[in-house]
Amino acid sequence: MVKLLAHRIALSIPLVLLVSMVVFALESLVPGDPARTVLGQSATPENIAALHQQMGLDQPWIERYWNWLSGLFHGDLGTSVFTGDDVVTELNTRLGVTVSLVLCCVIVSAVAGLALGLFSAVRGGPAARVVDVLSLAGLALPNFWVAIVLVALFAVKIRLFPAIGYVEFAESPGHWVRSLVLPVIALSLFGVTAVAKQTRDSVLDVLDTDYVRVLRGNGVSESRIVLKHVLRNAAIPVVTVLGVVAVSMLGGTVFVEGVFVLPGLGTLATQATMDHDLPVILGIGVYFTVVVIIINLLVDLAYGVLNPKVRAS
Amino acid sequence: MTTVPEPTTRPAASTGLVRSVLTSPRGAIVVAFLALLILACALAPLIAPYDPLAQHLSAVRSGPSGSYWLGTDSLGRDLLSRVLHGGRSSLFGVLEAVLALVIVAVPCGLFAGYLGGTVDRITMRVAEMVMSVPVIIILLAVLSIFDHSMTSAMIAFGVLGSAGLMRVVRGAALAAREELYVTAAELMGLSLLQVVTRHVLPRCRGVMIVQVSLFAAVALGVQTGLTFLSLGPPPPAPTWGGMVADAASVFNQDAWMLVPPGVTIALAVLAFGVLGDVVRDVNAEQHAAAPASRRRRGTDAPPGPGPVEPALSGDLLLSVRNLSVTADGEHPLTLLDDVGFDIAAGETVGLVGESGSGKTMTARAVMGLLPRNCRIASGQVVFDGRPIQGLDRRAFRELRGRRIAMISQEPMAALDPSFRIGSLVAEVVRAVDGSTGKVARARVMELLRMVEIPDPDAVARRFPHQISGGMAQRVAIAMALAGRPELLIADEPTTALDVTVQAEILDLLRSLQRENHMAILLVTHNWGVVADMCTKVVVMYAGQVVETACVDDVFDTPAHPYTRALLRSSPNNTPPGERIRAIPGTVPSPQDWPSGCRFASRCDLARPECGQEPIAVERISTGRVSRCIRVDALLETEVSRP
Repeated sequence: MVKLLAHRIALSIPLVLLVSMVVFALESLVPGDPARTVLGQSATPENIAALHQQMGLDQPWIERYWNWLSGLFHGDLGTSVFTGDDVVTELNTRLGVTVSLVLCCVIVSAVAGLALGLFSAVRGGPAARVVDVLSLAGLALPNFWVAIVLVALFAVKIRLFPAIGYVEFAESPGHWVRSLVLPVIALSLFGVTAVAKQTRDSVLDVLDTDYVRVLRGNGVSESRIVLKHVLRNAAIPVVTVLGVVAVSMLGGTVFVEGVFVLPGLGTLATQATMDHDLPVILGIGVYFTVVVIIINLLVDLAYGVLNPKVRAS
Repeated sequence: MTTVPEPTTRPAASTGLVRSVLTSPRGAIVVAFLALLILACALAPLIAPYDPLAQHLSAVRSGPSGSYWLGTDSLGRDLLSRVLHGGRSSLFGVLEAVLALVIVAVPCGLFAGYLGGTVDRITMRVAEMVMSVPVIIILLAVLSIFDHSMTSAMIAFGVLGSAGLMRVVRGAALAAREELYVTAAELMGLSLLQVVTRHVLPRCRGVMIVQVSLFAAVALGVQTGLTFLSLGPPPPAPTWGGMVADAASVFNQDAWMLVPPGVTIALAVLAFGVLGDVVRDVNAEQHAAAPASRRRRGTDAPPGPGPVEPALSGDLLLSVRNLSVTADGEHPLTLLDDVGFDIAAGETVGLVGESGSGKTMTARAVMGLLPRNCRIASGQVVFDGRPIQGLDRRAFRELRGRRIAMISQEPMAALDPSFRIGSLVAEVVRAVDGSTGKVARARVMELLRMVEIPDPDAVARRFPHQISGGMAQRVAIAMALAGRPELLIADEPTTALDVTVQAEILDLLRSLQRENHMAILLVTHNWGVVADMCTKVVVMYAGQVVETACVDDVFDTPAHPYTRALLRSSPNNTPPGERIRAIPGTVPSPQDWPSGCRFASRCDLARPECGQEPIAVERISTGRVSRCIRVDALLETEVSRP
């Protein structure tokens, strides 16, 4: 466990350093004045000078980078050049929304994907074809488009769910769930189909193994074979896919949160890009990287729990 | 170095891959669609019916009509023209990303795989790191720095996405390095660059195309997503994502506007994705062994119920009659043809033949455990007076474990790797006895002791990968014995084991059989095991029983040329210092079975009439049948043998 954690972090620290350094270097290379880009063409020279001061544009980029980095180690990611808010405070208030969304999506992808994949593998025939069609749709339909169609159908045409907005869990769990239903469906469609496809493939593989044949031949019931032995062994590759899906859904929040006006990191990232607000974007980058590390770590751990050979070594 | 292998022999010319993709229906449709889409978007200024920015205020939000094929948006702009023009930036973005991907990934992957060592380690470490980058945030940073330049974002996306392709190319290069023709090219003094570009790169082509088209699908998704967030070309420039955003703002009044951009994006993404799948399938086929000529042929009509000898002694436990098994599918095949034999209670019957003769399939048919696409087409398997076909799951479960049980060839593969030995045995105990908890645990220990496992407590706590093959087979036997079966089907139970362990397992089986009065159907190709264990032998060849006899008769006077050839080729019957007299040729595959005698092509007694029509089984004496019309000639040569 500690070793896994150390490995993951050892892999990610140079990454954060490198990526952020590249961002600072690129910013200094781009012709033109970043302060003018932020403030627009109508800015007065005084405003620009003030922003120069705030962004530290008088210093060479390597020095600015160093300042940012030493701030990072003290939990300080600077201030937004656009609103002047503290980046860490801003991100922390929004982190809950994005984490709730991604967590729900991972759970939905895992449960629905496993059930669908298992059903289609065991039943075959029409069920398998339904999964095929669904997985094509999940691959092809862009999540932001699905999100809009869902709003059009289930929030506007039939008023089942709120079209936009987010309610804190602490405020009202019922409304929290209702505010997340449509975003979760839109964002997890891809995850459900990816997990279902992998589940079906690995369940079919496991059903064809000698040990399942031996269990059958020695009288163990089909339901126990499928629910205990097949599911357990098929889950190992599924967990890997689930990790990949979780990471891609984290990125997907950038496209989907905006449609539902959820006050999460995704909408903030979009807004910050519009505003050329680099400190905020870099901050979100750091937060996302940490989440990706956690996801990969959980996948490694689940792998160890499911596979006795990994556990032993 | 006297001879250098011809370095120009390379697998699969590039035209082969392209042609195979284009001739498959899915491939043809997808390639045609993509070509059409790219062409239409490229020629948009010429073929689009309207200027994409022209506002037709008289026809705002009109649905599809004769003058506006896909309708218009809320400013009266023609949607078809906007889709065509918007495609230019989307597809161009994909092209940029793909070019960046290929330029970064292919050289890095090739040299990492081909050179190996430190270069490889560093490259793969960097690739692993890049794979955990939150890509989308980097793209947003790039867009922010480069003032919404989609080109820089797509190039960044290509670079960040290169780890996947790099790994695949590296794998292929690693494999290519081991190939003879690459070594030969090196010996001939070609430079590193020449070897890589001429010999290694072509090998990677298939996997590269798969990765690139799947990546193109993802890149298109990202490109449209970014334009949806209006982070690309500023409005009113037409973009696919931007059109979805336009539609989103007015879907209350007009939902139709969502359809043209949504369907276009979905179809384009799908086309790239399916193209990747098709190329992968084609590639897999090309790399698989060259498929045998697939002749479609009907099954030979079974020559009526042949004579099957009644069991030699005791009460009949299992009786297989005229059993035929077919594999359904595109080319239906007969796998077992008119198989028949009997097993009496307590008897051990050997099922003998080369690989591919249908022994395992027969054993699986008896258990009702045929592979998914196979079924019993005709004939009967009767266990203790009741036919097993048509039994429902529940009735089958009454039989399996409690009355018929099985052990398989690979003891390691026969144990579920995720559970401890104790829990696996307990699973079967639970199934056959219905007992749980302490009772089940006691029975597990009893069974493990019965198969002479020295320290049952310790073994029960281990996982299958922590015990030896011989131990695993003992565990498998313990699982099979849990239900005190009357018939044990043992499919090559000792083939995968060391010689000394083989003897131990056979001894164990023999003593267990005596104690429990259990019949055994022993699938094997080892005559030593037959002589050691069996009372009766059933010889199979190409899906048919060719001879049935009691064990002494078989060794003294084989009544089928195949049996004789098998016996002669056995290492036990080869005098020391001589070559093993292997039977020339191989067992024909089911699609190549001749209509006459299936062994004729390998038989030294074959006559023209052997190949004319299906050969029926003939009873030659009590308890003996043979499927040979030259049996008299055979027995004569056996008698006159010195």
